Amino acid sequence: MSNTPLIQVENMKKYYPIKGGIITHTTGYVKAVDGVSFAIQKGETLGLVGESGCGKSTIGRQLVGLEKPTEGTIYYKGKDLSGLKKEEMKQIRTNLQMVFQDPYSSLNPRKHIYEILSQPMLYHKVSTKETIEKDIEKILDMVGLPKSILGRYPHEFSGGQRQRIGIAKALSLNPEFIVCDEPVSALDVSIQAQILNLLKGLQKELDLTLLFVGHGLGAVNYVSDRIAVMYLGKIVEIGDAKAVFNHPVHPYTQALFNAVPIPDPEEKEREKEFLQGEIGSSTNPPSGCRFHPRCPYATESCQMEEPKLQEVMVRTDKEHYAACPRIMDK
Amino acid sequence: MQAEERHELGTRNITTESYWQTVFRRFKRHKLATVSLVILAVLGGAAILAPIIAPYDPNEIVGPFSGAPSKEFWLGTDQIGRDVLSRLLYAMRVSLLVGVMATLISTVIGVILGLFAGYFGGVIDMIIMRFTDMVMSFPYILLVLVAAAIFKPGMWNIILILGFVDWPGIARLVRGNVLSLRETNFIKGNIVAGMSLRHILFSEILPNTVAPILVYATSVLALSMLDEAALSFLGMGVQPPTASLGNMLNGAQSLTVLTSQPWLWLPPGLLIVILVIAINFVGDALRDALDPNSEQ
Repeated sequence: MSNTPLIQVENMKKYYPIKGGIITHTTGYVKAVDGVSFAIQKGETLGLVGESGCGKSTIGRQLVGLEKPTEGTIYYKGKDLSGLKKEEMKQIRTNLQMVFQDPYSSLNPRKHIYEILSQPMLYHKVSTKETIEKDIEKILDMVGLPKSILGRYPHEFSGGQRQRIGIAKALSLNPEFIVCDEPVSALDVSIQAQILNLLKGLQKELDLTLLFVGHGLGAVNYVSDRIAVMYLGKIVEIGDAKAVFNHPVHPYTQALFNAVPIPDPEEKEREKEFLQGEIGSSTNPPSGCRFHPRCPYATESCQMEEPKLQEVMVRTDKEHYAACPRIMDK
Repeated sequence: MQAEERHELGTRNITTESYWQTVFRRFKRHKLATVSLVILAVLGGAAILAPIIAPYDPNEIVGPFSGAPSKEFWLGTDQIGRDVLSRLLYAMRVSLLVGVMATLISTVIGVILGLFAGYFGGVIDMIIMRFTDMVMSFPYILLVLVAAAIFKPGMWNIILILGFVDWPGIARLVRGNVLSLRETNFIKGNIVAGMSLRHILFSEILPNTVAPILVYATSVLALSMLDEAALSFLGMGVQPPTASLGNMLNGAQSLTVLTSQPWLWLPPGLLIVILVIAINFVGDALRDALDPNSEQ
């Protein structure tokens, strides 16, 4: 592993104020992301999974600069993004792109595809008036769309085709890092596989670095080199995809993987352990380990002390960390 | 799989008609609005061509005082012997000009303030919207009268005054649209792509709010023409001898004129009604035609 990761996040926090009262004032905070640190090496795909509302999309939005972290730092190639001047930021911006979840709202309905793709490229001088046609053609070829679509409007395409255009738009600025915010969850199952294969292929071909946010475990596992599992604004388990997927140690990860339906009628009889209770409040998260109210293994000490990520020694030599004091017992 | 999808894309001919063709097709289904559009076109053409088609100079005394309609003077002559038809054509010119210019000014102000308020939010939004509320809550005939008293009443002052009081509705409308557009993925995508603020506001957001602005502008047009008529009727608008639909009615305030000389007030009154109704019908049809959610 090289020494400087492409993306490094240190103690990222994102609190959204809740306004209320007769005279509007802040009555509390939604702690969407509450102290998260991780690094992504160049050429690697990090999968981010967790329940809805656990803060995974918030992390993605902050990495591409749509939102600013309340606290903590994001490093891009060792440079602190918040300390950059406007000009430098404009340069780096194009390197950090995003593919959105809903392909139906990610393209301006009033512009045809040529405009949608060419305007950012010309603005950032990635291409010139003379070369733009060739460049666009090349990108369309990469995402598997014919040139004839350029004169059409977004409403003339299906979800899968639009997502391809969305990917083309992200690729058009020659980024190094792309946040894929649940890029397949709005698509038909048959199309999902195509888009996943496309992303995986492009990642290899262009040596891209991806943050793949998703709640489809299969999809995330398929594209990711490493996986991070989030619960209530915290990373509870992170490590090599195979290690995490095959030997989950955190009780939440185990429960999450357990909840995946298995397409085998024989398995129907198997006793399944489902999580009890509701996901905790992110305004006022449970003390100690945030998972303890739902955890089948919780002890008294879980309510007191917040567990830190620590290395897991399981059958493999792969990188694997989990935030549960009981992992040593297993 | 992939090859199949490509093939489908290549051969399927979905819609070849452009956005504005669709709008026009939908618009034509409203018979009343189509008729209104034709009427507006004819009247507008007559107004523009007034110097050519008007039989007499509108400000010259060419006939008897308060002469009834005759072969020579189709709509009669007014109290001091000017040809009513010629004056009517010129008056329509003035009224349409006032309406269109006032609408343009208020639309530009409203759109810009609405865009900024909606996009930036926070303090900027609060300041702009409170100011908008203030302008809205003012009894504006009074405002216009005061303004007309301070500045010399005249056509361009009327245009400016009406332009500066009619924008709050548009500002609110645009702000509301921008608030929802700002949260869409394609705007976020443009922010991520590092596009300039100018591009995002005027090339991405604005084209997506053109439809409601256009519809609203038609009602502002009708309203500002009515306001011009009201002001001119009160003597604070377009000043004689220049004719406007309002100050032509001004000459018809006495009972004698109302009862025995209908050619002095009927034509300008009817013309105002026809213009305003036609503009409103067109606006209604536009609302339907521009709505992307309506079927067909």
